[in-house]
Amino acid sequence: MKIELIISGFGGQGVLFAGNLIALSAMKEGYYVTYLPVYGPEMRGGTCNCTVIISENEIASPLISNPSFLIILNYPSFVKFIPNLKKEGIAIINSDLVKPEEFKNPKYLKKDYKLYFVPVTSLAESLYTPLLANLCAIGAFYQITKIFNKFTFKKALKEILGENKTHLLEPNLKAFELGAKYIKENYR
Amino acid sequence: MKAKKVLVKGVEAIALGALEADCKCYFGYPITPQNEIPELMARELPKRGGVFLQAESELAAINMVLGACATGVRAMTSSSSPGISLMCESFSYIAALELPAVIVNVMRGGPGLGGIEASQGDYFQAVKGSGHGDFHFMVLAPYNVQEAYELTVKAFEFAEKYRNPVMILSDAILGQMKEPLILKKLKIKKYPTDTWALTGAKGRPSRIIKSLFLDSKELKERNLKLYKKYQKMKEDVLFENLVNEEDEIVVVAFGSMARIAKEACLNLRKKGYKVGFFRPITLFPFPEKTIQDIIKGAKNQLKFVVAELNCGQMVEDVKLAVNGKAPVISLPYPPSVIPFPEELEKDIINV
Repeated sequence: MKIELIISGFGGQGVLFAGNLIALSAMKEGYYVTYLPVYGPEMRGGTCNCTVIISENEIASPLISNPSFLIILNYPSFVKFIPNLKKEGIAIINSDLVKPEEFKNPKYLKKDYKLYFVPVTSLAESLYTPLLANLCAIGAFYQITKIFNKFTFKKALKEILGENKTHLLEPNLKAFELGAKYIKENYR
Repeated sequence: MKAKKVLVKGVEAIALGALEADCKCYFGYPITPQNEIPELMARELPKRGGVFLQAESELAAINMVLGACATGVRAMTSSSSPGISLMCESFSYIAALELPAVIVNVMRGGPGLGGIEASQGDYFQAVKGSGHGDFHFMVLAPYNVQEAYELTVKAFEFAEKYRNPVMILSDAILGQMKEPLILKKLKIKKYPTDTWALTGAKGRPSRIIKSLFLDSKELKERNLKLYKKYQKMKEDVLFENLVNEEDEIVVVAFGSMARIAKEACLNLRKKGYKVGFFRPITLFPFPEKTIQDIIKGAKNQLKFVVAELNCGQMVEDVKLAVNGKAPVISLPYPPSVIPFPEELEKDIINV
């Protein structure tokens, strides 16, 4: 088992937070993980991505050219990363910012991808704030992969939030549940 | 008790290693991509009765390290390429004074201000002695987060053992990536400092630590003493050797490039290519004897391929070690074009 995941979106959408959280949850589940934030001079509002590798075996390179899993939170990321997705790769796509119509373009349809369109931004808005879109996406990721269990995830979330932000635990968990529920109800 | 497992960046692992090794003083000046080291040290050192000080410049920081080390205290600094260049004068003095300083260089792209991309362009600077005079650092190059932690502990031990500055040569990728780190309780070796450290001469004859020797005979002796020390360091050469007798190609790489190279080599082996992998962990002293042994033990004519995130620096040390007995080919990847394992595989096959 090896998941090579790239999470990509606007700076401020919580891309790096999501990557860190997924990596920590998977680590607590006993997997080998690497987490590599995009590295360079970035600005708010620009695109931002990170690479998370989760594997049963030791991971040699933290860099990947062809991810097996994508979490796409905005349109520029969609254009940039979808063509690199592996054969039979999986992608969770923010359908608020990337419309399913975009896939009419045959360039993106050349392989047998499994795509999940999840309106993470509006799901998060329905809760409190669009800032929780990343947690909705992680919820969807959890529901599709089941790579960690909810209990482990909660522990990881608690650890990352730290003592000063314990009040954010509940809204984050709610957003996570909402993302998971959306996949459960709309796919399979 | 089971050791705690945490998910941390490579640079944080270095700071945690330094704390584990009972480092008492940190002096530094901020620069990307190593700011997590001072951040963590600023938080943790005061709790342990240590000193954290952000100096007004790199030059001040390294001279504070010099001063602290002269008293026998475990002290360190960290910086990245352009900041390290600013410290070079004092490196020469620290080596001349035989002080056990630990210096961390989280390399970024150069020359000049360069960029903040990962690079291994400071290999020459680290290995060949980066100040004036005939001196060397001992240079350790970790390739994952766990090793960054453990080698930092070793760096403090080696520094004290040889009374010589030790440099940890890391880079932006390894520094910024997160990986699980098992916080092992390591047995920390300490070497006596009370025979030379400047701790106040109460009750003993006074001592002097100096680098000026106007008497030519004395200066010669000092240089020979240092030379002997560098020879003796070869006892502590570290490396990872994944070369089989049947191999035809040996890929040599260090640091984060070694991770990419290792994956490429293991993939090529699965495809039936006879490719071995060799990773120096101490860059000085360089594991030249092991390379010679690899050549002696090989059943086929070997070819060495040296992959680096620069335009070819370590390749020169590999050539010296190989000493004409096999072709040595350089695969240079200057900063910003960090190859994926698949690309490296293709480049190795083309060789």
